[in-house]
Amino acid sequence: MGILEVKGVNKRFGGLKALSDVNLDIAEGSVHAIIGPNGAGKSTLLNCFVGRLEPDTGTVMFDGRSLLGIQPFEINQAGVSRVFQTPEIFADLNLLENVMIPAFARRDGSFKINGWMSVGDEAEIREEAMTMLAELGMDAKADHIAGQLSRGDKRRLELAMCLVQKPKLLLLDEPTAGMARADTNNTIDLLKQIAKRGITMVVIEHDMHVVFSLADRISVLAQGTVIVEDEPGKIKGNPKVQEAYLGGAHL
Amino acid sequence: MLGLNRRDALLFAIVIAITLFAPIILNPFPEGSELAQFNAGYPDLMQRFVIFGIFAIGFNILFGLTGYLSFGHAAFLGVGSYAGVWMMKLLTMNVVPAIIVSVIFAGLFSLLVGYISLRRSGIYFSILTLAFAQMSFALAYSVLTPITNGETGLQLALDDPRILGISQTADGSIPLTNFFGITMRDGFEIAMGGWLFTFNAGYYLCAIVMLIAFYVSIRIFRSPFGVMLKAVKSNQQRMLYTGLNPRPYTLAAFVISGMYAGLAGGLMVAMDPLAGAERMQWTASGEVVLMTILGGMGTLIGPVLGSGVIKYLENIFSKINDNILHQWFSFLPDGLEDFVVAIVYPFIGKGWHLTLGIVFMLVVIFLPGGIVEGGQRIAGLFKRKPPEDKNKTAAASAPSAAE
Repeated sequence: MGILEVKGVNKRFGGLKALSDVNLDIAEGSVHAIIGPNGAGKSTLLNCFVGRLEPDTGTVMFDGRSLLGIQPFEINQAGVSRVFQTPEIFADLNLLENVMIPAFARRDGSFKINGWMSVGDEAEIREEAMTMLAELGMDAKADHIAGQLSRGDKRRLELAMCLVQKPKLLLLDEPTAGMARADTNNTIDLLKQIAKRGITMVVIEHDMHVVFSLADRISVLAQGTVIVEDEPGKIKGNPKVQEAYLGGAHL
Repeated sequence: MLGLNRRDALLFAIVIAITLFAPIILNPFPEGSELAQFNAGYPDLMQRFVIFGIFAIGFNILFGLTGYLSFGHAAFLGVGSYAGVWMMKLLTMNVVPAIIVSVIFAGLFSLLVGYISLRRSGIYFSILTLAFAQMSFALAYSVLTPITNGETGLQLALDDPRILGISQTADGSIPLTNFFGITMRDGFEIAMGGWLFTFNAGYYLCAIVMLIAFYVSIRIFRSPFGVMLKAVKSNQQRMLYTGLNPRPYTLAAFVISGMYAGLAGGLMVAMDPLAGAERMQWTASGEVVLMTILGGMGTLIGPVLGSGVIKYLENIFSKINDNILHQWFSFLPDGLEDFVVAIVYPFIGKGWHLTLGIVFMLVVIFLPGGIVEGGQRIAGLFKRKPPEDKNKTAAASAPSAAE
């Protein structure tokens, strides 16, 4: 039994059937990629994991607990962190604060009034955040304002924010979308390092280069259903997959 | 010191010094001189400086940190005022219970308003708060007249059933507000040379409360809670997916700022036991927004400076009339004198709003960080070029200095 189990998920938007009977079983510690052509339902599926969308039918179980009907912050508190297509960071705050906030969230829960404490006295959290920034090579910029970073560095910061929470599951929505080639390669290297820590990752991706250099297992989504699930090596030659893409991407 | 870092401790020390010596600092011109009309060191105005300072400090905790722009904070000030006067009518003329009850009632009311208004953000939130405040204002004038005494305003009467006190003094007048026996009007004057300094008990009570309020606000700004409030302003989406629930954070900030407004309202009636509905009108809510932006939103000292500037303009500038102008420009030839007076006149006296408007526009366009940013720029001009490495740390810490 995997850490994330998706069973019989259906989602309909008006007349459009976005997801029909999606089943997934994601093993702990693996990197699982979900690929598919535009409009296949990849993002819809991801949004069903994080509490943004509610499936019409089906179950999403994480670590023995249902993720349906609860708020995004509760899902995060349960151990699921998420990286967005466009990096979502606290752009007005500096890098250190950006990483301290998720560290506080992990320690103090979703809400705590501690207006009498001083951030300056939180040596432990500060230390943890600095270590995380150092691991991702950003400690020299700790007092820079996050909004001024390059696209690639913003992604790096967002990952630092997720990792400092020590998540059990990391969801990545097109982590290299809109990036220059150099940034893409850096991000792939970074994700590989993260995978080595044993964090389970679910990657939604368009870029085949990214997928094949990262994933242990790939599910191909087309028109709302999983048509194939296999190891990367076997996906490439699969005729079903090639048909689904119909020359949209060269495999 | 007091759990503050060095920079904040220094700022706090300066504010303490200025507040305590305000009766001297604000009276720089000798009595009887032509410039004496620019003196602001009289009790009534000094009290207003610090009371509106408290109001703006609290407003800044909501607006400056979370970015939620409330257009209805005057309602909390009004509720605080009414609660305070009722306390004096029913219980005692000691101002302490009145102030405490003001804060509690304003807090409860802001909890209700905040709970409903915070279901929306941005302009919808602003409109909801505005609607609530205008509703309170209208109710105070109409159906709530038994509580608010409508247009006349709620005031003390000779037959108030004061439980812990007397309804009227031996000579048949209404007893005065006091702080454990020290009446708020008490004080003493010191004449030094041509100068006359007034030290008023009421002012010092307000000043001490303001200093405590300011200290609490520094603590909030520097706490993890304060960082979360900044996160609300910066990116609620990220917050939500970082395991944090933005709603209670925003509500807490709203209630805290509402309590500050109630505190200001309570102090107002402690100085002058009269509460009128016009205190809740939208213009009063707008004024605190102006104060905060003018001084520098999201900065510690900005709101206090902003309220000082606006109250100074309102009370001092508005007193200058055309006779005074003619005196000033009497050295000019007749025709030119009339011309200059005609040009300047619209900006002073009753036209002080025009001056305020121009100042406000200039600040918003050229100094988005308000007076505080202006001060930082001026300080930057005069600062000697420090050695290279020091320069770097100064630049790195600049963002936190701006807070």
